[in-house]
Amino acid sequence: MKRIEVLGPGCYNCHLLEEAAKQAVMMAGVEAEVIKVTDYPTIARYGILRTPGLVIDGKVVSSGRIPSAGDIAEWLTAEEARA
Amino acid sequence: MTTVATRRLHLPFRPTAAAAALAWLVAWFANLPLANWAAYDLLGLERGSHLGDAVAFFFLDVPKVLLLLLGIMTAVSFLRSYFPPERMRAALAGRGTVPATVGAAAFGIVTPFCSCSAVPLFIGFVEAGIPLGVTFAFLISSPMVNEVALVLLWGLFGPGVALLYMGAGLAVAIVGGLILGRLPLEKWIEPWVLAVRAGGGATSLDLRVSVEQRMRDAWTSTKDLVRKVLLYVIIGIGIGAFIHGFVPTELVAQIGGRENPFAVPIVVAIAIPLYSNAAGTIPIVEALLGKGMPLGTTLAFMMAIVAISLPEFVILRRVMKLRLIAVFASVVVAGILTVGFLFNALGI
Repeated sequence: MKRIEVLGPGCYNCHLLEEAAKQAVMMAGVEAEVIKVTDYPTIARYGILRTPGLVIDGKVVSSGRIPSAGDIAEWLTAEEARA
Repeated sequence: MTTVATRRLHLPFRPTAAAAALAWLVAWFANLPLANWAAYDLLGLERGSHLGDAVAFFFLDVPKVLLLLLGIMTAVSFLRSYFPPERMRAALAGRGTVPATVGAAAFGIVTPFCSCSAVPLFIGFVEAGIPLGVTFAFLISSPMVNEVALVLLWGLFGPGVALLYMGAGLAVAIVGGLILGRLPLEKWIEPWVLAVRAGGGATSLDLRVSVEQRMRDAWTSTKDLVRKVLLYVIIGIGIGAFIHGFVPTELVAQIGGRENPFAVPIVVAIAIPLYSNAAGTIPIVEALLGKGMPLGTTLAFMMAIVAISLPEFVILRRVMKLRLIAVFASVVVAGILTVGFLFNALGI
């Protein structure tokens, strides 16, 4: 079970990223939960300077942009192979 | 790595980009003759009449502003993607106050930033030990010398006004940052901010975004921006067209003129609630400038629109106490008023 966190206070882009992440989970066919993190102190602990941020299993994979669902699916499966 | 991504592409990247650039150029040069043709020949309005001039202004400016936004903004966002705030933080950390403040103001021009990221950026800078004044210099310069304002000023008024605006904006950010840096403001930061310790992993951020992805990001964000501001742009150009065609020059000169000492404060007060509509406001500014509003008053109006943002203050309230926001806002307003008075006094 993978844990995907979408970091952002709830702006428009954060919502787009959440949608992309959910789509990516379906594309990759992995078991994963998508969690929204809107709380600033928690976001700050990941050390990102721009929202929205994307975290897979505790690791920051992107910030300040919205990767395509295809890219996110790629990261999800790449992680899978390495594990 | 790119297999999944490439399968999702609908159009080949390079030919599409080249065709778009060509279409943009054709549209840019066809705009003026087309606008005149539509107003004077198609609608049969009289050249030099109030209505004819207003309609021609509208037909000229709507495509012009949209072309500037779509074309130049995409290129600018693409270039900006190479100056992420992470790079700025690394460049500024550990430098002296003055070079860091000047650097932060300069980064404000090129670093992509939206007010929704103000909180993480602020925390990240505080945590890296960057002085508050330096961070404020960036927070002033970033929205003020913003790309929408610069691109539209350049496209509608030429490089002179755009560069003057940029110079004045940088000056306000640098002087403001230096002043704020001298004040004992740390006590007005929310305590939890100082307690944040970011974990590792933040350094491995995606600096390996490909050129094509950056171009696509730039196009997507520009499309979003245009969709968001389109209505305001059209309303703004409509008001601009009305001013251009119907408002007498003497009236503008009388209210906004150099002789009226209240002109600058009045336009700043009007500008504050107009935030985030830089794209919609510049056509109004264009018409006012054409009607003889002095440059100082005009620049102050523009700056106040983009630099003083109530929504950003609400966001910053999460990390700083109200007093600090008030001090910050006062310094910015004082800087803008100075720019307005100075340019009017110099008679540029």
